[in-house]
Amino acid sequence: MELILAIAIGVLTTCGVWLLLRPRTFQVIVGLSLISYAVNLFIFGMGRLRIDAAPVVEGGVIDPANYTDPVPQALVLTAIVIGFAMTALFLVVLLAARGFTGTDHVDGRER
Amino acid sequence: MHMLTDHLVILPILLPLATGAILLFLDDRLRPVKAAINFASTLLLVVLAALLVRHAAEAGQADAVGNATYPLGNWPVPFGIVLVADRLSALLVLLTSILGLCALAFSLARWHAVGPSFHSLFQFLLMGLCGAFLTGDLFNLFVFFEVLLAASYGLALHGSGSARVRAGLHYIAINLAASSLFLIGAALIYGVVGTLNMADIAARVANVADADRGLLEAGAGILGIAFLVKAGMWPLGFWLPNTYAAASAPVAALFAIMTKVGIYAVLRLSLLVFGDEAGASAGFGHAFLLYGGMATIAYGAIGALASQSTARLSGNLVLVSSGTLLAAIGFGNAGVVSGALFYLVSSTLAISALFLLVELVERIRIEGADILAVTMEAYGDDEEEDEEQEVGVIIPGALAVLGISFAICALVLSGLPPLSGFLAKFAMISPMLNPEGLATVNEVSPSAWWLAGLLIFSGFAALIALTRTGINTFWATIAEGPAAVRVIEIVPVIVLLGLCVAMVVLAGPIMTYLEAAATALHAPAGYIADVLAAPVVVDMGAAP
Repeated sequence: MELILAIAIGVLTTCGVWLLLRPRTFQVIVGLSLISYAVNLFIFGMGRLRIDAAPVVEGGVIDPANYTDPVPQALVLTAIVIGFAMTALFLVVLLAARGFTGTDHVDGRER
Repeated sequence: MHMLTDHLVILPILLPLATGAILLFLDDRLRPVKAAINFASTLLLVVLAALLVRHAAEAGQADAVGNATYPLGNWPVPFGIVLVADRLSALLVLLTSILGLCALAFSLARWHAVGPSFHSLFQFLLMGLCGAFLTGDLFNLFVFFEVLLAASYGLALHGSGSARVRAGLHYIAINLAASSLFLIGAALIYGVVGTLNMADIAARVANVADADRGLLEAGAGILGIAFLVKAGMWPLGFWLPNTYAAASAPVAALFAIMTKVGIYAVLRLSLLVFGDEAGASAGFGHAFLLYGGMATIAYGAIGALASQSTARLSGNLVLVSSGTLLAAIGFGNAGVVSGALFYLVSSTLAISALFLLVELVERIRIEGADILAVTMEAYGDDEEEDEEQEVGVIIPGALAVLGISFAICALVLSGLPPLSGFLAKFAMISPMLNPEGLATVNEVSPSAWWLAGLLIFSGFAALIALTRTGINTFWATIAEGPAAVRVIEIVPVIVLLGLCVAMVVLAGPIMTYLEAAATALHAPAGYIADVLAAPVVVDMGAAP
């Protein structure tokens, strides 16, 4: 399971970085989205991978070994929301740049 | 009054948040009302920040008075988020609020009316800045970074236009990538240390297993890159002059503090987590900061000499300021850091004033005079006609004020006596050459020679660049008619520069405060103890 997750994060990051370095704004935004997926999975992985363990602790005396770490899950939730908002904002700027310059090149002019 | 002192630490975050939210609901047709609310709120923020500084100055003086802490939601410390206002944080909140007030006053003349939601974005930017300076939690720092960045995206595009949107596109893409790095770094540190509270991380770093230490340092390094992108260190700062030159004047003036957020994060975390008590990791990254900072100074100084427009010149001076601070942090000496803090305040005030001045100065110049002047220098000056006009030219009042302000800016930024820039450079270079104090004779390290030389060279470069701009602006043929400068536009500039002068007069008490701040930063045990022992309110019945 660790290997699959690590490869998935690696593939997402690789594709994201490659797209981020491309000259078209649409490629850049898809690249940034892929990177943010990779980062979210990475944060999730930092809480250690557990199967069949709940993150929410019940009242009373509990054994922490039966539960998974809830903190990274809360962090991922925050990071997803922020990443989503930022992508939406970037999309607006992207469209504005397209309108102003008449091209979708990141520098606002071809070559 | 008791309530106020109890909650003082969180007020600089809540006040801009509430004001920004209220302003969202007011229609833009009520712009005078919005401006009045915004101005009153920012003025109140200055007062709160001043109270915070006064409170922080008392910390450690009397017995049992530590740094002010505020556990959010009354959660005990390593588990909940905590706000901490030590001397450094309080000082930067005060600096932010003062810059905010001046930039806002300047914008009221014209700029606040050229686009929607200026006032709300302005308050959210202040909230993000104050939050980033006050938080004691790594992930909360990320959230406040995103708040201030989101607001800054909106403000960078304020006024619209092709150039701003193009520069804004690059700015947003770079910062989104940097935010991903921030998350990776924070996650790695959490994965190794198991906590996100900065003081708790610092307390646990020495005990990290050797097998995990590489992972921890990799996390810290990635996190550091994210901060250094924001601070504009070479080679991560190429976005900065473009964005700052494209932004409208009051926004650029406020952005002068945004690079300092990156500097603050580096200063706080590198000295807290990798201070002398960090065991095998002590001093991690300091050499990188020193050499990176020196490269940034050189790049910024050469960039300033090569700049054709005044706005780009100011952007390059921001880089010089960042580089100086990073190199001083990397030098690893409390005396140098206290001088660097003085430099931080003085250079931020002066650069902010310069960004405001640039806009006013551009109005009295002929279109394209920048490029013309540089071309004339390159191909020989053949302006010999106006010789019989030497009878005497009447200097209009506004022009005289602008010229004097520009000269003061140049003196502060190039570090010439008698203004604060000189004191700051002196306060940095003196402990650099005598790290053990003036009484002992010691060998000066090569890096100290290089850094001192670069500091003086960067001042010289700034002097040449600013003098050239000044001559081409104020002693050249100017546009017809009197300079159109309104009082509300020149007063913020005078206030900012007046503070630079005041820093010279009050240099004694200010340096005492900054030396205490730098000493506390280099001995993080006190900070860690204060934060980890942060009291939670026990008797909930007392509060209604």
